[in-house]
Amino acid sequence: MANVTLRNVRKTYPGGFEAIKGVNVDVGDGQFCVLVGPSGCGKSTLLRMVAGLETVTGGEIDIGGRVVNQVEPADRDIAMVFQNYALYPHMSVYNNMAYGLRNRGMAEAEIKTRVEEAARVLELSPMLERKPRQLSGGQRQRVAMGRAIVRQPKVFLFDEPLSNLDAKLRIAMRVEIRKLQRRLNTTSIYVTHDQLEAMTLADILVVMNGGQVEQVGNPLAIYEKPATTFVASFIGAPPMNLMSTRPEEIRSQLAGSAAADAGILGIRPEDFVITDQTPAGGVALPLTVEAIERVGAETFVYGSREQEEQHVAATPGELPPGEIIVRIPGTEAPAIGARIRVAAVRQKLHLFSGDGRKRLEA
Amino acid sequence: MQKQAIFQSKLLPYALVAPQLAIVLIFFYWPALQAVIQSFLLQDAFGLSTSFVWFDNYVELFRDPAYFESILRTFFFSFAIAVSSLSFALLLAVMADKPLRGSTLYRTLLIWPYAVAPPVVGVLWIFMLHPSLGVISRYLRAAGIDWNPLLDGDQAASLIILAAAWKQISYNFLFFLAGLQAIPKSVLEAAAIDGARPMRRFWTVTFPLLSPTIFFLLVVNIVYAFFDTFGIIDTMTRGGPGKSTETLVYKVYSDGLLGGNLGSSAAQSVVLMIMVIVLTGIQFRFVERKVTY
Repeated sequence: MANVTLRNVRKTYPGGFEAIKGVNVDVGDGQFCVLVGPSGCGKSTLLRMVAGLETVTGGEIDIGGRVVNQVEPADRDIAMVFQNYALYPHMSVYNNMAYGLRNRGMAEAEIKTRVEEAARVLELSPMLERKPRQLSGGQRQRVAMGRAIVRQPKVFLFDEPLSNLDAKLRIAMRVEIRKLQRRLNTTSIYVTHDQLEAMTLADILVVMNGGQVEQVGNPLAIYEKPATTFVASFIGAPPMNLMSTRPEEIRSQLAGSAAADAGILGIRPEDFVITDQTPAGGVALPLTVEAIERVGAETFVYGSREQEEQHVAATPGELPPGEIIVRIPGTEAPAIGARIRVAAVRQKLHLFSGDGRKRLEA
Repeated sequence: MQKQAIFQSKLLPYALVAPQLAIVLIFFYWPALQAVIQSFLLQDAFGLSTSFVWFDNYVELFRDPAYFESILRTFFFSFAIAVSSLSFALLLAVMADKPLRGSTLYRTLLIWPYAVAPPVVGVLWIFMLHPSLGVISRYLRAAGIDWNPLLDGDQAASLIILAAAWKQISYNFLFFLAGLQAIPKSVLEAAAIDGARPMRRFWTVTFPLLSPTIFFLLVVNIVYAFFDTFGIIDTMTRGGPGKSTETLVYKVYSDGLLGGNLGSSAAQSVVLMIMVIVLTGIQFRFVERKVTY
């Protein structure tokens, strides 16, 4: 049991490329921290730095009150689950799990107890003598998990462990991982590019972009109050509708102190309702329905803004007039080509500075 | 898509394969057939009369203790050459696998010796280790070692093994390097996190995962030591001193061309031919199956 603290952690490659530009994160004991971001944002690099597989070129990584910058991976008391599982192909399932314990000189009897217990929890007992290549993807995934839990480490590290599984299994394993982590109460850091996985697993969510942390916090708090337009569009599916406040159509509807400085307005698809009324302080937009996706429980309406904007985005961060996505109950479906009017209440408006880097409170 | 090629003329396909067939027939099957025929014949010393003697050449061959000595010697040479060149090549490959600056350069340099022809290898090493000409020999003698491979059979044997192993290192290195690069990096990282130190990591993960490569190279090296060391032996020791470096292949040459006993020489070639067929058979079987872990 331990907490993990990253203090101004930096990684600069010999070529001068700065992969991690000063990250501060504090993961409390027993918490589940998820690093999420698009590919190339440095989340895997950061995880590998915590594991000791990448050197740290600046700042401090602290595991359980000990700075581990110069400590070998073996001595950090961590266990890692890799994206491709990284099982030892020449060893049986049993030996895959026992390997780390044998390396630490544990007695065979104790190893047997631990491996069998882990195998029971992960439902691997009948296949302890099999080789990894005789297992399915989901079973390999569980062996990789087993290899991590038998060690009873201070920290679990997960590097996109579910991305090689099919969609159904991914959801099942996601729940399994969460249950297992709750029961073992081991501090965990989990890397994923899937915002749904991130939302469902995390106690603390760290949204990364371009080697920097965009926002840290409780997943729902981040969802409700994204700090930047990047977070706003990355967390939530379909993404938040972002539009420039410059056109008169929107500017005139935004009355208030913050609105004067706001350059970008964001509204989540589910916060729109199709209505002829304009809520007080809210925003209403006329749309032409371009496409409809009916997925059963809900319907997604893709509409284009009716008022043709001649104004083309000129400054960076300014959004060109675009499509609006609206999420409505699955029972409704406007006709394609229909002209509708959607509106969102004042409380559901997200206002950002013109460069999208700062959230403004309405 | 049609898989079968269609030719306008019936003769064209035969004409296209003819050159390859001719080469195989003229340079392999015909001499092999000649060797088999020759092995049943006995020729007098002047080559004036030839008589058909059935298996006499073989019977005599297997009754000759010198032949068994040569077999044992060849096995010992093969074993020594294979083990030393494999282990040294593996060491170099493990070193070269590390991501260091200029890796392309030194990898290329390590592969170069393979381009050197066996007789040239022999000459090269004899220049360094010849008792009176050799550069290294002077230091050996200065160090109090009575170095004279021209008189001492064991020293001559070690010289041959050294030169033959050296030449084969490049080839083995290339395969080991490829084998090492095929091991997923994450497996080694997992082992590192699992608490295995570099040496233990090597013996418990890298080495077992290389075992298919090692087996393949073992067979290739034995075949090499059996047959391709002729040029090295011929330039360095000519099978001597005494018969201390006379391997099976060299014996075929010395008995037949130098000793004039064509019948026995042919019988020996046939025995060698059978050996190489067996070795190649083993190699194909296992290489095609590939995965042994």
